Amino acid sequence: MSRLFTRDTQAIFWNNNKTAIQRMLDYDYVIKRETPSVAAIVAPTSSNKFEKFFWGADEIMVPVYKSTAEAKAAQPQADVLLNFASFRTAYDVTMEALEIGGFKTIMITAEGIPERLARKMNAHAREQNVTIIGPATVGAISPGAFKIANVGGTIENIINSKLHRAGSAGLVTRSGGLFNELSNIISINADGIAEGVAIGGDRFVGSVFIDHLLRMEHNPDVKYMILLGEVGGTEEYKVIEAVKDGRLTKPIIAWCIGTIAKHYSSGVQFGHAGASANDDRETAEAKNNAMREAGIHVPNTFNDLPDIINGLYKELKAEGVIGEIEEPEINKIPAYRRPKQFICTISDDRGEEATYAGYPISSVALPSTGKGIGDVISLLWFKKVYPKWATEFIETVLKTVADHGPAVSGAHNAKVTARAGKSVVEALVTGLLTIGPRFGGAIDGAAKYFKYADDNNMSPKEFLAYMKKQGIPIPGIGHRIKSLKNPDLRVKGLMDYAAENFPATPLLDYARTVEQLTTSKKENLILNVDGTIGILMVDMWRALGYSEEEIDEFIESGTLNAFFIVGRSIGFIGHILDEKRLAMPMYRHPMDDILYDVKKAEPIG
Amino acid sequence: MAQKAIREYDAKSILARHWDTYFPNFNYPYRTVLVQSGEELKKAAETHPWLKEMPLVAKPDMLFGKRGKNGLVLFKVNKPGDVTLEDAAKWIDEKRAEKQKVYFSFDGDTPTGEPAEDYLTHFIVEPFTPHSQDEEYYISATVVGDEDVLYMSAEGGMEVEENWDKVVEVRFPITATEEEIEQKIRENVPADVKEEDKEAFAEFAIGFFKAYRELNFAYLEINPFVLQGNNVELLDMVAKLDDTAGFLMVDHWGAIEFPTAFGMEEKSPEVLAIEEADAKTGASLKLTLLKPDARIWTMVAGGGASVVYADTIADMAGIEDLANYGEYSGGPTTGETRFYAETILDLMTREKDPKGRDKILIIGGAIANFTDVAKTFTGIIQAFEEYAEKMKEVGVKIYVRRGGPNYEKGLKDIKEAGERLGLDIHVYGPETHVTDIVRMALEEEK
Repeated sequence: MSRLFTRDTQAIFWNNNKTAIQRMLDYDYVIKRETPSVAAIVAPTSSNKFEKFFWGADEIMVPVYKSTAEAKAAQPQADVLLNFASFRTAYDVTMEALEIGGFKTIMITAEGIPERLARKMNAHAREQNVTIIGPATVGAISPGAFKIANVGGTIENIINSKLHRAGSAGLVTRSGGLFNELSNIISINADGIAEGVAIGGDRFVGSVFIDHLLRMEHNPDVKYMILLGEVGGTEEYKVIEAVKDGRLTKPIIAWCIGTIAKHYSSGVQFGHAGASANDDRETAEAKNNAMREAGIHVPNTFNDLPDIINGLYKELKAEGVIGEIEEPEINKIPAYRRPKQFICTISDDRGEEATYAGYPISSVALPSTGKGIGDVISLLWFKKVYPKWATEFIETVLKTVADHGPAVSGAHNAKVTARAGKSVVEALVTGLLTIGPRFGGAIDGAAKYFKYADDNNMSPKEFLAYMKKQGIPIPGIGHRIKSLKNPDLRVKGLMDYAAENFPATPLLDYARTVEQLTTSKKENLILNVDGTIGILMVDMWRALGYSEEEIDEFIESGTLNAFFIVGRSIGFIGHILDEKRLAMPMYRHPMDDILYDVKKAEPIG
Repeated sequence: MAQKAIREYDAKSILARHWDTYFPNFNYPYRTVLVQSGEELKKAAETHPWLKEMPLVAKPDMLFGKRGKNGLVLFKVNKPGDVTLEDAAKWIDEKRAEKQKVYFSFDGDTPTGEPAEDYLTHFIVEPFTPHSQDEEYYISATVVGDEDVLYMSAEGGMEVEENWDKVVEVRFPITATEEEIEQKIRENVPADVKEEDKEAFAEFAIGFFKAYRELNFAYLEINPFVLQGNNVELLDMVAKLDDTAGFLMVDHWGAIEFPTAFGMEEKSPEVLAIEEADAKTGASLKLTLLKPDARIWTMVAGGGASVVYADTIADMAGIEDLANYGEYSGGPTTGETRFYAETILDLMTREKDPKGRDKILIIGGAIANFTDVAKTFTGIIQAFEEYAEKMKEVGVKIYVRRGGPNYEKGLKDIKEAGERLGLDIHVYGPETHVTDIVRMALEEEK
């Protein structure tokens, strides 16, 4: 791997650091990347499923996960982890990512991770051939391809410093602040950088100068390299060795900052935690001299660095090693943009013809299309094209639950309201408002509890015991008058349809074994129509390939009740129109049907 | 940050606290007290009766070594092992009464280099342990490169340095398992350890190295320790802790103090105030006073940039002109920056330059990655408003160079404020080389 990142590189961003992520996406937009460089965010305490970011003037959604494992499973192509956890948790986050595997690069921003933990994490990463950048770093950049978080600063500075497209220098620094400064110097005195890394200021960092320089040696975009070191440590000597033994052949410019440290015996810490000379070899001066002797271009002071860069650049250009760079076209970030208040992911009315989940309405509405209301539901509720057996099942359910007579509480409410002279919509909502845990809710409940029992491999007996312990009658079991001998034909119809058309019905099969047990106790404890619908919906989704988690989410969000709401609205409206036609007067409940039991209130206190 | 020296007394206390975990088969009496005066020592004798019953050894516990060669170990009055509680108390009061000279290096018994001179404030007192030279062993551990290194020698005490060739070095990668560690140590017990001690030495060394690793020591040395069967005496210890592990080690270390090295100037109230502010913020605020009467002061953003400015000033003006070193970074708030700036302005406007020259204030910084320049400069401007009169009185030339988020506004604001307040201010942006303002400030002088 001669290049650290490409235009396709995607990262998982650990911690919802919105500013840094927006900077990455702005960069992506400017350089015209096709995909956002952040594929996912890990935020353990967030309950959000996604976070909105600007993409130019538009907005995109980046999915949010609770753990690195979930994020990596959902976005396996993302092979960079940007670990923005604090110094307390950064180690655990890195170790977990190494365990999960599939990451090529892990960048760690925290400063002050315990040294022993930093060393352990670095050693494990090295064993697995994972490049660690940091800890205590601002990151790295491959101009024109991928940029980590805040490196390069604002988008204006990025363009000023020519970090939006590849130049010819390979840059490695310890300091993050000076990385930016060096990019600026290189853009003024040469043609920008091809790849750059700030390795981080802590004493134990995962990848060091030599690791990056050796990679850049093999990166054809890099024509010469610039190293900015610091007093303390011996990493620069590894570079000198590589120059001497010929592993590094491209020209190198280098400078170690901290030459002042020699004037102060001890106690003054200049620069980062890693910057403290333990012996003479580690002073900035000794390292600068040693590098100079090895043939590396070393200026006399930091102030002279720009001239050295400019000199070498001109030389390489004259030799034809460095050619002209064609300035690429870039996108401009609009000066003014505002976040959108609403998001819609199911339909779109901006084009020639409005669409349902990408399908023009006419393509599902007209009889000639052969599509029914089940197809419309599958598009608008689930954003998928369901197969015929599933859409027909949905329609069967809607037809089955459309009405159950005037006496049930919802229909009764609708009728009472209609008789009070209210409109169709007013009467309808009073009916709908009764739908919940006791009315219609058995569909949700049955799906939830039967699935729970099945997921946990409970025997019917265990399931009954469990529900008893919960103090809940089993939802979807029991009918006022029907029994096994006198079956509910709606139930039978649904079951027969499923048997004929569903690929498999594992949850229904399980529910039937439960039913055997309950009916052995009492005849009318049969699987009722609500139960059958709830259970078969789960079987439908399983057969359609949804994960158990996704199905649990459908149940939690009340999707099953939604079928009941749509279906029963047909019945309610029927009752309301019936009342309107009959012009029945205002309803008053007979007083003799009310038990009056009112005692005089006692004063308190 | 990172590796910090602790007192011998604290090092022994940490080991004693975890003794049964690491040295279950050895007895260590842990008879040691840390006192600041003779009176305190006598008071300690009430709870530590051995101070009255046993002959004592007393020495300063202030992070420096070579105490014997500096004549700062009390182990005899007339003959070794005759020091009483009274003697020790008297000696401590004598030694702390006036400044003492301490040499850090010796050629044989002759001191070399410059001594540090300061008051002795902390003393460690322990029982005198009669033993023979051949019972003294040496052991230490530290990090070299990426590896832990364990040093072991049969020649302990003063002799270890002269006999460094006899020291056995064993290196361990960070990933070494307990089994690997035990095996390697057993295989490498120094040959000249007495035959009857070899097993005990190995076992002690294993416990020692595990304690070093697990308790997050950065350096740990016992020189010498004395093995008498299963009894161990830790005669002298040196230790550094990795203070970044502090949050993991709260219970393991107990209350730990990281003292200033002997002879180092005590931190000024201003420096302590900045340290306190630094500890409370997620940003970074650092200040070191180098020479408070010097005329060039720096207020630089960023760890790397601050070093580059210091380097350049040392090169162009010389270190005798550099008053301070420090940096602010990581996006401090306006209030934090104001406090930092006021601290520096207050320090630099206390006296005029003795030679009558203008003072120079370098407000420098590289191109920031994420720190909002306008926001931090607002803090500096507020400090200007507070100190403008004093700055004019003393004579201060201000050179500003900065880039990064919102820098145009920041630079414009600070220039306007400087001019409004009648200050001598020169403002530059990213088009000017980062350290070039140092050259400009000095050149204008000539």
